Amino acid sequence: MNRYPLWKNIFVVFMILMGLIYTIPNMFGESPAIQVTPAKSTSKVDPALLAQVEQILKQEKIAYDGIYLDARGVKARFANTDTQIKAKDLLQANLSSDYTVALNLLSRSPEWLRSIGARPMYLGLDLRGGVHFLLQVDMKAALDKAAERFVGDFRTALRKERISYAGVTREGQTVQIRFTSASELTKAKKIISNQYPDLTLKDSINGEDMLLSASLNAIEQKRIQEFALKQNIQTLHNRINELGVAEPIIQQQGADRVVVQLPGVQDTAKAKEILGRTATLEIRLVDEEKSDAMTLEKAAQGQAPIGTDAFKDREGSVILVKKNVVLTGDYITDAGPGVNNQTGQSVVNVTLDARGARVFQQVTRENVGKRMAILLIEKGNTEVVTAPVINEEIGGGRVQISGMANTQEATDISLLLRAGALAAPMDIIEERTVGPSMGEENIKRGMHSTLWGFAAIAVFMIIYYVAFGGFSVLALGINLLLLVAVLSMLQATLTLPGLAAVALTLGMAIDANVLINERIREELRSGNTPQASIHIGYDRAWDTILDSNVTTMIAGIALFLFGSGPVKGFAVVHVLGILTSMFSAVVVSRAIVNWVYGSRRKTTHLSIG
Amino acid sequence: MEFFRVKKDIPFMSYGRLTTAISMITFVLAIFFLATKGLNFGVDFTGGTMIEVNYPHAADLNKIRTTIDGIGLKDATVQNFGTSRDVLIRLPVRAGLTGSQLSDQVIGSLKAVDSTVQMSRIEFVGPQVGDELYEKGSLALLLVIAGIMIYLAMRFEWRFAVAAIIANMHDVIIILGFFAFFQWEFNLTVLAAVLAVLGYSVNESVVVFDRVRENFRKMRKASVTQVIDNAITRTMSRTIITHFSTQLMVLSMLLFGGEVLHNFALALTIGILFGIYSSVLVACPIAMWLGISRANLMSDVEKKEGEKKEPTAEPDPSEFA
Repeated sequence: MNRYPLWKNIFVVFMILMGLIYTIPNMFGESPAIQVTPAKSTSKVDPALLAQVEQILKQEKIAYDGIYLDARGVKARFANTDTQIKAKDLLQANLSSDYTVALNLLSRSPEWLRSIGARPMYLGLDLRGGVHFLLQVDMKAALDKAAERFVGDFRTALRKERISYAGVTREGQTVQIRFTSASELTKAKKIISNQYPDLTLKDSINGEDMLLSASLNAIEQKRIQEFALKQNIQTLHNRINELGVAEPIIQQQGADRVVVQLPGVQDTAKAKEILGRTATLEIRLVDEEKSDAMTLEKAAQGQAPIGTDAFKDREGSVILVKKNVVLTGDYITDAGPGVNNQTGQSVVNVTLDARGARVFQQVTRENVGKRMAILLIEKGNTEVVTAPVINEEIGGGRVQISGMANTQEATDISLLLRAGALAAPMDIIEERTVGPSMGEENIKRGMHSTLWGFAAIAVFMIIYYVAFGGFSVLALGINLLLLVAVLSMLQATLTLPGLAAVALTLGMAIDANVLINERIREELRSGNTPQASIHIGYDRAWDTILDSNVTTMIAGIALFLFGSGPVKGFAVVHVLGILTSMFSAVVVSRAIVNWVYGSRRKTTHLSIG
Repeated sequence: MEFFRVKKDIPFMSYGRLTTAISMITFVLAIFFLATKGLNFGVDFTGGTMIEVNYPHAADLNKIRTTIDGIGLKDATVQNFGTSRDVLIRLPVRAGLTGSQLSDQVIGSLKAVDSTVQMSRIEFVGPQVGDELYEKGSLALLLVIAGIMIYLAMRFEWRFAVAAIIANMHDVIIILGFFAFFQWEFNLTVLAAVLAVLGYSVNESVVVFDRVRENFRKMRKASVTQVIDNAITRTMSRTIITHFSTQLMVLSMLLFGGEVLHNFALALTIGILFGIYSSVLVACPIAMWLGISRANLMSDVEKKEGEKKEPTAEPDPSEFA
């Protein structure tokens, strides 16, 4: 009566085998590696890149343990960190700037395991060190910015149609155009509603003034917000690529938040600086007519004349620039540090796209002899980087920005310009940083608490239930094996609370075996034969095990749904642990018991203490 | 070896008044401390910055305090964390300063005084995120309670569901009471522990209820009290052993898990200690007072029996005999 059919035994053996295979990668440890990924979405990941990397390494006689290509890029493993760093410097110097070279850690597990998808568990930041940021996108600013763009667009559109207007201003997210005659207003309204069907137009008369106000409708607002979020994520991608981080995570969370995780990042201050900067470039004309000493002094105290803004340059003196923006960073296609041949100063070389080049050419042609200010806007602070006199018309879209303090600054600014602007500013609303040594410590602690707890339970169970205690411990061990295998298979992120959940789940999992063992004892005591006791014990205990585990599962699922970060990590392991423990306690332990007792003709005694 | 070879049923239900009285007192005390002292919410919930640093030698807390005071952060708390070399600095949310700027300032000023200082962990949570967490945490708690009640009401009967959930809440409130009384930090991992206790503690009630249902079927002549007493006595060994082994695990976490898991393990320990009696000695009297009887369970059992042999259950081993 205590025998499993063949298929069931095969199934149990199969599950244990799968458990072993998928657990093994965790045993091999990790070796230092280099990861080469494309910095731009246009650069390709193909065998040619692999060949190129291989060739560079071979040329310099740098020994590598393995090199392969995956969906993200080329990865190469090395024997130690010295070779790894040598290889990184070498690759970075030899590959074009289209590729990012980052330090990484890769599993030492053999190729065949990787090919069947057996990978080690993915460790969370608290176990390997790194930074986690939660960034909030300022959606109001995104909408303001969009409205600001309409101000310029309306001006151009009305001028083109030769409609006279008194002024265009932005009030929050509404753009108002003032007219002196009602007929002009009607004409303008027709044109604008034709060109911008997504705007809600309203006209009103306020004394002398006739106003046409345009505001974004709900659909358009939503579109702008989604676009802002997408562009910000893209910009973050670019910026993080420049940092050279292996396996960064940049994800949208909710409607207006972005999660950024940078594993293994040591220089968190640098990372924050790069991420947090909302640097954009603006080119505006210096208002020469109003730049007399008196006005400048007034402007320094915050009273800039109408139509101008007062900003400070690097020396601290005030410069008045026109409000009208000639060009923004949006038109920049590339930027790189350089040195001016004549002065020997550090400069940033900027390349503009076709439209930007056209505008730039026109503006420089019309303003020869005047000064042009290049503004760098970072975190709401605007600074005039340089304000050179325009000597001649500049065509071709190549601009040199001088006024850099040193090469480092030129490099930093070109990085920011190249990475593109953020569509809307972002704030760090959550930050978690874990030092790498702390991460290792956490793993050790988590492992130790699991192992010692496991050992204590094993000793107790075997003393208390003898052979049946041994079966339970074996089942518990298989439970651990299966749990680790499932976690590795799913590539769920293991965190310290996750490790705690492994320990807790093991502690609770033994409950099922205790239920079974107690039941078997009880049946023995009430006079049943050993074989019948085993049978009834397992049979009766199942209902109870199911009920008690389902209730625990409900708690786990709620934790998963509403938890965030570490709690979610806990919940995943907890829920998976309940599933594996039900399987191992009921099916696996029974298979073991059947194997020991099932084939015996006459069992007179059960070793259950 | 066997610890619990009990021949006669222990009349647990006649102690009902006593056990509930004890429970009521601890429960009221817990609520009292929760109301007067309140929970010491961690950065996760309140928002703010938490910086953990360590020194290769014993840290001079006073010097650290003066350094941080020196850069104008007067409301920082500085304390040892685990060992004398680890220091935890906590700063409330400050208007106009982002958490990252704040942490950079603090680390920078500490480095200027003693360059051996190492940053091991920084956590910054904005006030808004903290508020959301608070909401989500409460929602999770409600969802767990509702989910467990619905399941128990379906599998057993509403009286059992109510009794189990009251016993459960009793454990949770007492854990919170302890955290309020000792002003231990209540953070996200502790919340996870509390919710895990909810799931775990209800296990106990379910095991006993299961036995009560079975006993109603077998002990046709026994009174309700006898049925419950027998169920508790017969499952007592299992209850204690299970709790003992889970506690072994949690104890190991408490000893080896380090500071980060310390409060987590603490919450679980309290939950396990109180769960061991509440789920049995609180849940059963309540179920009895709510009026469980053979009649209202039996009809349910018969109904369930009909469906039982279905795929949810492990295939009947006799089929393979």
